[in-house]
Amino acid sequence: MVKENGTSETRLMKGNEALAEASFRAGMQAYFGYPITPQSEVMEYFAAQAPNHPDVVILQAESELAAINMVHGAAGAGARSMISSSSPGISLMQECLSYMASAQLPALIVNVQRGGPGLGTIQPSQGDYFQAVKGGGHGDYHLIVLAPASVQEMVDFVFDGFRLSEKYRNPAMILADGALGQMMEKVTLPAAGSLPKMEASWATTGKRHIRERNIITSLFIQPERMEKLNLVLQAKYSQIQKEVRWEEIRTEDAAIVLVAFGLTSRICEKTVDLAREKGLKVGLLRPITLYPFPTSAIAKLAKSAQAFLTVEMNAGQMVEDVRLAVEGQRPVDFYGRMGGMIPSPEEVMVRVESIAEKLQAVPA
Amino acid sequence: MIRGTIIVATDICKACELCITACPQDCLEMSPNLNVKSYHYVQLKNDTCTGCVNCAIVCPDSAITVYRQSKSPAPKSAALTS
Amino acid sequence: MEQVANIDGMELVYKKPQTLTDTPMHYCPGCGHGVVHKILMEVINEMGIQEDTIGVAPVGCSVFAYDYMNIDMQEAAHGRASAVATGIKRVLPNKYVFSYQGDGDLAAIGTGETVHTVNRGENILMLFINNGIYGMTGGQMAPTSLIGMKTSTSPFGREASTMGNPLKITELLAQLSGAYFVTRHAVHTTAAIRKLKKAIGSSFKYQKLNKGTCFIEVVSNCPNGWKMTPVESNEWLEKNMFPFYPLGDIKVPKS
Repeated sequence: MVKENGTSETRLMKGNEALAEASFRAGMQAYFGYPITPQSEVMEYFAAQAPNHPDVVILQAESELAAINMVHGAAGAGARSMISSSSPGISLMQECLSYMASAQLPALIVNVQRGGPGLGTIQPSQGDYFQAVKGGGHGDYHLIVLAPASVQEMVDFVFDGFRLSEKYRNPAMILADGALGQMMEKVTLPAAGSLPKMEASWATTGKRHIRERNIITSLFIQPERMEKLNLVLQAKYSQIQKEVRWEEIRTEDAAIVLVAFGLTSRICEKTVDLAREKGLKVGLLRPITLYPFPTSAIAKLAKSAQAFLTVEMNAGQMVEDVRLAVEGQRPVDFYGRMGGMIPSPEEVMVRVESIAEKLQAVPA
Repeated sequence: MIRGTIIVATDICKACELCITACPQDCLEMSPNLNVKSYHYVQLKNDTCTGCVNCAIVCPDSAITVYRQSKSPAPKSAALTS
Repeated sequence: MEQVANIDGMELVYKKPQTLTDTPMHYCPGCGHGVVHKILMEVINEMGIQEDTIGVAPVGCSVFAYDYMNIDMQEAAHGRASAVATGIKRVLPNKYVFSYQGDGDLAAIGTGETVHTVNRGENILMLFINNGIYGMTGGQMAPTSLIGMKTSTSPFGREASTMGNPLKITELLAQLSGAYFVTRHAVHTTAAIRKLKKAIGSSFKYQKLNKGTCFIEVVSNCPNGWKMTPVESNEWLEKNMFPFYPLGDIKVPKS
């Protein structure tokens, strides 16, 4: 059981539950959700732990659509708010996410992706990259997107997600998948209270005589005002670029660079080992923030590497951003599995070898 | 009879005429003049207003302010400003 | 507009409440929205709760309600006002929270949120302005449009066989145990307006009891959409809307 005073501790935990426990420790004040596999454990954990956190609002709504609008209300009222779901449920939220980005509301959204499209499967996938990174909802906006690759990152990115969403007054998303949600790993949970409370003088908490009323809206019906708001948002997204994070493994001398995020990056790490054992100079670049995307880091590698292989659990989504970053300087190949199938390191290795043959890459 | 009067924010009035229907004294009419929005605005047509407040209550645009003679001795009249 | 304390020996007895802003309202001449806004803001003013009230505006003619109501407000997506209000009330349980919606917002696209907000007995006031038409978007049929009513999407008159019968959502919601006070009012006469004001005042007082949702339907006019003058529209309202949507209390708290 969790220590009630919330001091830092190390435990073996399932991803969904670690994320939930981290949310309490990160000072979450309100959670609204709806069951959907493979992430129902998040809300179940919250519900079970609720008696230990009587000031935290935990509410199962009637749909993801209702739940995200409750997040809008709570966040607009100045509360640190969160929602979790999986792919089809995230689709239902798109309207409100557009509203929240436009109204400049902070909140954390967790997508534990499953195979799609449609009702799909409950197995893990990365098929929502476009939805998360390119919009999903209508209009010119972005979510800040973090892609964990371990249960530890499921914990850490809750803190980062709240912090970034509040710093920039923009919704942030943790783009995980069913495997990360279900797997168990050793994790260090930070102490409770380490993330300061949200500053929200703009929130609808009841107009005080000393200030004008606060209005949270995404309606700017005169086009001049709407454009002005859009310029504000675009300037914000420029600022957000400096929050970019990525990881590079053995890329210094790599001829072939694998690019993968989340679970697939763990698989590709193994492929890098397999390749190096066979004398092939292969490395991995793992984007940690998908928005902002590590475009410059990839562009830099395009100077030294000879080829890129993007590996994803989808039909080819992030590969487009890799190609944009590489700007045609090097070939960018893609390997993917869809519908909830998880590629093995060996499968990826087969593709690496075929690329190496084409390149006649010099062995180590 | 208690005397009353109203002040109409003539540029806010949209000539919906609901106040005329609500007035029990039949003391309101639409002015032949137009306001800045080209609506005929409402005005008193006689001095039978009792300050009953009906017109102001039904006005959707809160364009009417109502005054009424108090039951206590009338104070020295204040300068009429609007 | 400056209002003096007295004129010619007469005292000021009625003026626009300070809880309404000075922004001229965009509503059509004679529209009930203006009256409901005014009465709602009068109650908030008289109860002294301007600093403690948060409202949620819908999508529809009253999408700009926050331009007129001098309180903290949030704009919700179409239909979602009661979910947004739920979020606000849950994190600010000591504040007064109300949602303000039309017939499309509450009884069409928002029906799911409406039913569940009341079913959970959220301690908010839900205001439902029912004029049987979608005004803002140009006069389309609403779930509450009467049989035979001609709208831009029922130009030959609403037919039950293809479009269903008008939805009496208020009666539906009154069945739910989470509904604490359910009542139907109008603003076509001063007497009706006074009754609405009393109902709104009671609803805010009830909110402090945390006993469930207060739901007030206001059967109102749409002169433009109904293609009538304001005076004619109120006559039509009495003749046609009230028989189907009768005024009065539907569910009252047991004293």
